[in-house]
Amino acid sequence: MRSRLKFVFALSVGIALSACATTPEAETEEPAGRAPYESSYAPQASTPTLIRGATVFDGNGAELTNADVLMQDGRIVSIGQNLTAPEGAAIVDGAGRFVTPGIIDAHSHLGVYPSPSIQATSDGNEVTQPNTAEVWAEHSVWPQDPGFQRAVAGGVTTLHVLPGSANLFGGRGVTLRPVLGARTVQEMKFPGAPQSLKMACGENPARVYGSRNSSPATGMGNVAGYRQAFANAQRYARRVQSAEEGNGEPPDRDLEMETLAGVLNGDIILQWHCYRADEMANAIEISHEFNFEIAAFHHAVEAYKITDLLVQEDICAAIWADWWGFKIEAYDGIRENIPFVHAGGGCAIVHSDSEVGIQRLNQEAAKALADGRRAGLEITRAEAWTWLSRNPARALRIDDETGTLEPGRRADVVVWSADPLSSYAVAERVYMDGALVYERGQINQRPSDFELGQTYRGVVQ
Amino acid sequence: MRILSALVMALAMAAPAAAETVLVRDGRVVTNGAAGTIENGDVLIVDGRISAVGANLTAPRGARIVEAQGRYVTPGAFAAMSEIGLSEISGSGAPNDASISGDLIAAAADAGRAFDPGVTAIAVTRMEGVTRAAIAPSSTETMFVGRGALVSLDGGDDSVFHSQAFMVVELGEVGARRTGGSRAAVWPAFEAALRDAREYPGRYRSGQGGAVLNELDAAALQPFARGQGLFLVHIESAADIRRLIRFKRANPSLRFAIHGGAEAWQVADELARANIPVIVDPLSNLPDRFERLSARLDNAAILDRAGVTVAIAPAPGSVDAHQARLVLQLAGNAVANGMEWDAAFAAVSRTPAEIFGVGAQIGRLERNYTGDLVIWDGDPLQVTSAPDVVFIEGVEQPMVSRQTLLRDRYHPSRRNAQ
Repeated sequence: MRSRLKFVFALSVGIALSACATTPEAETEEPAGRAPYESSYAPQASTPTLIRGATVFDGNGAELTNADVLMQDGRIVSIGQNLTAPEGAAIVDGAGRFVTPGIIDAHSHLGVYPSPSIQATSDGNEVTQPNTAEVWAEHSVWPQDPGFQRAVAGGVTTLHVLPGSANLFGGRGVTLRPVLGARTVQEMKFPGAPQSLKMACGENPARVYGSRNSSPATGMGNVAGYRQAFANAQRYARRVQSAEEGNGEPPDRDLEMETLAGVLNGDIILQWHCYRADEMANAIEISHEFNFEIAAFHHAVEAYKITDLLVQEDICAAIWADWWGFKIEAYDGIRENIPFVHAGGGCAIVHSDSEVGIQRLNQEAAKALADGRRAGLEITRAEAWTWLSRNPARALRIDDETGTLEPGRRADVVVWSADPLSSYAVAERVYMDGALVYERGQINQRPSDFELGQTYRGVVQ
Repeated sequence: MRILSALVMALAMAAPAAAETVLVRDGRVVTNGAAGTIENGDVLIVDGRISAVGANLTAPRGARIVEAQGRYVTPGAFAAMSEIGLSEISGSGAPNDASISGDLIAAAADAGRAFDPGVTAIAVTRMEGVTRAAIAPSSTETMFVGRGALVSLDGGDDSVFHSQAFMVVELGEVGARRTGGSRAAVWPAFEAALRDAREYPGRYRSGQGGAVLNELDAAALQPFARGQGLFLVHIESAADIRRLIRFKRANPSLRFAIHGGAEAWQVADELARANIPVIVDPLSNLPDRFERLSARLDNAAILDRAGVTVAIAPAPGSVDAHQARLVLQLAGNAVANGMEWDAAFAAVSRTPAEIFGVGAQIGRLERNYTGDLVIWDGDPLQVTSAPDVVFIEGVEQPMVSRQTLLRDRYHPSRRNAQ
């Protein structure tokens, strides 16, 4: 009942704000019956919008020159030449500008490690035992993290927020919209996006628990920890299934087991922090033993050494453009990692893992592209954009909804001042579900509640 | 064959060629000096120094000619703050000479005596056009973080060209944390430390000892406390910056520069009047610390317009041992947020040299300046650009690093051959 009331209120506000706006989601979504924890995200009201005469990267690897992009009812209608604007459409002059799908960051800790960073806000790692598959990152997300607004200004329209990497099983990750003004995490949840399980290879879990004189203390301890947990989850899943088939009592609910069983049955996708080639290969062996899929390796500093394996297993690699050397497992980082994975036919993703980096992922892709070209690879700038939108959408299993400018996709669109694979380009306009959610130079871009009223903000322009 | 080529490369990495007479011809020469940018300019390097800059220079007999063909020709970049050379790998429990624990040493820590010119990050960094760096420890257990050094990235035995060049002091949140948890304790403790240093060695020999410093730290601090060296102060908030300006007014003989200064834009005019340079991070725009609540992207641009001396480096807490090459990306972002290109490029080349007292030798393409010169394949502040040729003191640097060797070993075109 309560959710029904809330919905009616939201709908009437939306209509009041924009009389001729269309809000297709609101019309089609069932008002009642939102299951606990499900998305209550509602797109902002939008007017049909035609961007005219821009250079367009379609997110699928194609570049169109002097092209138009038409958005209506929150969706991409078409891209091409000389499109006709519907009546009442907003027209945006794209001359000299570039249009791309919104950036999707497959690896963020916004909200769980928000600004300001103090002890009380460090909510991203449940560092209490090596398996905390039962926790959900979304329950640590603070929607008022000022980082969300900064990310939108950098052209980000979707982000995957993960727990940290202290544990073998860090917990569930969540795909969010950076909705400015959201009061709850539910208002930010990408509708229908699956949750993920964050797992971690390597130094972090072994260091954290080894220093406490408990397991895992080594790489082999890590692997034993993963395998025992999945073996237990298999038994749990079998008992659940037997009970559903009428054989015996279901097991007591176990939140940790529910997450792992969700990975085994494919409802929960696996995002696995793993730097080294040999450790990624071990992870693949485990996925074969227990018969589950790995959506993406994250950080994957040595992905370039095993591109063939990644391609064969259909696993994406979410990578920094050039981080290296800060740990021994990051020692072999090279600047051509992303282009090498791409050139090998792999699913390469530029990720941030940083509240600073998420604001300029376009520059990170630009670096990777330039370094790949210098190494002799032929990669177009429109292909490079797949690292920022289509490929992360694929790794998050939302690629039928966003990540490209194909007709019918959500109208998540960025208008850039210049070629975005550059230091100087800035996002001028950001659309989410066809609604203009950011416009550069508008000084009153909704700050988070945290920033409101702080003394000096915005004095100098 | 492969072993042989690896050997050749290893030799190339270890032993750069000797200084020669080089004429770089027909470049877009960014002098960082009074001549500004010279289109179709030439630069002549003799015996490791710039001997002439201008149009249509005549090549001396035997000079090597490098055709720039209109490409950018600039002074080498100067990383205004880095931990390069202080660790091969900074984490994982590997040795890291940037981090000092215990109560034996703080102010007396001396980064120049920890610097290792053989770390792989040196080759990685200089082939991206960074030829000089200011290095310092990252942390001690007191407000004094120790003495920084200026280093060349040519990998030679004499890379440290100015040791004990500056003293790093934490006077903001970090300093407060190490001084009983409060700024109320920081400034009295700083003043007491200066007194200890000025009265060294008397009060130590008399058996009185220092109020806050041990003898080692007092001795190390003394020249700085007497105005003979630069204090590099980590502060971020406008309130802390105003306190520093007042302190300098009361102690005019002391020399200060600020590293951090996220809220410096609020006090830009006062900083300009006080003649205190600021090393800022143009990506610092989050209220990630309470001392940075009003951080903003155009901080560098505002400070520069107000006449403040601005250099660019990662913010305190973000300085590392491996990514000094990204100062050029930082400067590009300053341009994207309103800073003039010339000022932004100077902020990662000439200005750091000036702040650290070597501006008469380094940071410009002018006669008698050191022959640190880079030829770029594009605008050096663009992330897509990279150097084609790097000279340090007139010596062409090898464009080989551990990263390029890994790159070549795993190049997709080789996959079938393996």
